[in-house]
Amino acid sequence: MALDRKLAIIDLSTGKIETKVIPLDLRKKFLGGRALDAYLLYNHTKKGCDPLGPGNTLLISGGILTATCASATARTHFMAKSPLTGLLGSANMGGFFAPELAWAGFHHLVIKGKAKKPVYIYIHNGEIEIRDAAYLWGKTTTETQWAIREEMGDEEIKSCVIGPAGENLVTFANIMTGIKNAAGRTGMGCVMGSKNLKAVAVRGTMDVKIAHPVEALEFNKRFIEQITSAKVNQTQGVLGTPFIWGATNSWGGVRTRNFQYNQCEDSDDIEPERIDEICTETMGPHHMTGCFGCQVHCRAQYKIPSGLYAGKYDEGPEYTSLGAFGGEPDCKSAVTVLTGNHLVNQYGMDNLEIGSLIAWAMELYEKGILTSKQTDGLDLKFGNDEALLEMITRICYRKGWLADALADGGIPASEKIGKKSFDYLIQVKGMNNLHSDERGTPALALNSATASRGSDHLRSRPAIDLYHLPEKVLRRIYGNPVPYDGPLSSDHTEYKGKPWQVFWQENCYMAVDALGICKYHTVFLGATLPNFDDWPKVIYYNTGLEMTPQEIFEIAERSNMVERMFNLREGLTRDDLKKGDMLNHRYFDEPCRRGALDVVGAKIDKKKFMKMVDELYEFKGLDKKGIPKPETLKRLGLNKEPSHQL
Amino acid sequence: MDKVLAIEHEKCTGCRLCELVCSVKHDGVSNPARSRIRVMKWEAEGLYIPMACRQCDDAPCLNICPVKAISRDQELDFVRVDHDICIGCRSCVAICPFGAMGYNSIDSKVIKCDLCHGDPQCVRFCDVKAVNYVSTTQINLNKSREFAKKISVVSKEAEAL
Repeated sequence: MALDRKLAIIDLSTGKIETKVIPLDLRKKFLGGRALDAYLLYNHTKKGCDPLGPGNTLLISGGILTATCASATARTHFMAKSPLTGLLGSANMGGFFAPELAWAGFHHLVIKGKAKKPVYIYIHNGEIEIRDAAYLWGKTTTETQWAIREEMGDEEIKSCVIGPAGENLVTFANIMTGIKNAAGRTGMGCVMGSKNLKAVAVRGTMDVKIAHPVEALEFNKRFIEQITSAKVNQTQGVLGTPFIWGATNSWGGVRTRNFQYNQCEDSDDIEPERIDEICTETMGPHHMTGCFGCQVHCRAQYKIPSGLYAGKYDEGPEYTSLGAFGGEPDCKSAVTVLTGNHLVNQYGMDNLEIGSLIAWAMELYEKGILTSKQTDGLDLKFGNDEALLEMITRICYRKGWLADALADGGIPASEKIGKKSFDYLIQVKGMNNLHSDERGTPALALNSATASRGSDHLRSRPAIDLYHLPEKVLRRIYGNPVPYDGPLSSDHTEYKGKPWQVFWQENCYMAVDALGICKYHTVFLGATLPNFDDWPKVIYYNTGLEMTPQEIFEIAERSNMVERMFNLREGLTRDDLKKGDMLNHRYFDEPCRRGALDVVGAKIDKKKFMKMVDELYEFKGLDKKGIPKPETLKRLGLNKEPSHQL
Repeated sequence: MDKVLAIEHEKCTGCRLCELVCSVKHDGVSNPARSRIRVMKWEAEGLYIPMACRQCDDAPCLNICPVKAISRDQELDFVRVDHDICIGCRSCVAICPFGAMGYNSIDSKVIKCDLCHGDPQCVRFCDVKAVNYVSTTQINLNKSREFAKKISVVSKEAEAL
């Protein structure tokens, strides 16, 4: 039974391992995955703990549906205090890790302390051991995974690992599994590195009992039809996420040259069709692959066609690699994008963060804020492909003054560089923004500013706002499962009604992360995809747990509130440019220079933006300062946190 | 009935949904260790190959079984195991050249594909059609047609020259 999957507390300082049953009432309050992780993080860390110290706690989890007969329950969630932002650290990845963890008997791992020397955790059918990882230290992400399989003599082992970047405490090092599945954001790999934890390897053959198998199977069939019938998923299945970058670029919604422009010109070589061509040439016509149990298969396979790394196999590139190694540094070569993607995958680094930071450094170099002495002679100008790729390796190994500074993350680097460098850092809460331009889309700007883990597009982005759906359709989506009769607008340049959409999406995505499924299986890019009304059935057939759509919405609200409480405890202040719900001044001061007619000249109206934040706070039950009202905490049953129930 | 599981591995995305639905259908649980179909992977090269029973005409498992627990289902033309007779000696596991006869240590039983008695769930759920349930003559016809297509293109091009 999914509900009998356990939680393990592993103390790397003492070697003590405890396994615990997850109480049903906690399941009913948080379901699992990211939602329960938020509760555990709030309860298992102390205010102001050093993100790189033994007092930080790393959480690894699957959702309540992980490894059940539901579609695409592949997601693994990671949470800790972030070494990049000093606030909530939270990242999610696909692949095959979480289901294997569930078959090994666990849904949640709570990893505390710090090992004296490099170790990895091996979990097999309910048994947990801490093993020596000296021989793995220094290895890349894939080398590490294959080496563990060889050592244990089991090709079916699934591991989540760090690469050299995590070992070198690059603050945006990620955790990876397989070739390219990455828990990319907020430096969770850096936390693993700080604990001397190279990998968590799992292997399981324990049954996950399905409460109502016949119904679960039939419902899953229907679910898959709903998911694969969405045009957006069909396109993802052919072109992957590059198609989003291409489409967004065509109307001027991406960021280039560190947000100086909103469209990449002469981009033929990095358009999705070109990437697809390379994938076809190097891997054949059937080059799309997928995560566990998923029929969207949005991940492309490729071999680098030429250059220093010619012939190397990898997967992707995603939207973020096109933005990070194409648009932002203005390097418009497919080989550069594919190589950059390969390097970060091997090193274990967040492509989004590193691409943004290098583009930022390029603008500083262009403006004379950074000198060639500081770049160690590297000609760090926009469009210099070699310099871009060289910087990726330098940052991973902290080679040279600038790379070492950038490896600490944007805000600490801006303090070292000084002058006006911070003004050009496109970040929220210390984390860089996705390479998209939200100046023409207030709803998306609000999402970037208020997302719980720093600027982010996967926490509350109402992406379907760009589809100009009729108000009737918007009401059907956003008026459920809790009633809403305020304004809703089909116009993406509008401000009114958007805070509710952001609030609704925030809860939708939290529910998805608690279930352990992928966001392509909900109202993220497709309006017809499953949401609150569909989930009670899939939960019931698979786990036997009875829930209403309203209860799931409330669980999401509760969990989002715990994340808010964590951030507030660690110093979030509403309008603080470094630790608040605030955007870089370019959003308000500099209009878009390129793109479609409704994009050129667009910028965010600060007054209206502040009003949107007020409204969003109101929906969330926060006061004007962004602090939860006592009645909100009471309503959500959070007035006694930390409650240390687990 | 003359239908078999025909696997076109180049289409496989490696998602392993076939393994999941196989175990849910047969055992009411999710557990690939119980699946009759298994996706073999070479992740470092991006190669995935689903493997399942071929329902051999001259089946080594059937021939070697010392207690005649393995027989051919006349109606659906597949090789079946009678668990009431099976003594669990695993000779069939050892002799199957495809590794298609599995042993499930949870229930101490050999396991193999029974084509879900005519409605294989792996086929039903495989959206990319890497696993198909087709008649043996159809496989051969499809292949002939595919190759003939190539010849026809070449000959048309030759005519044009």
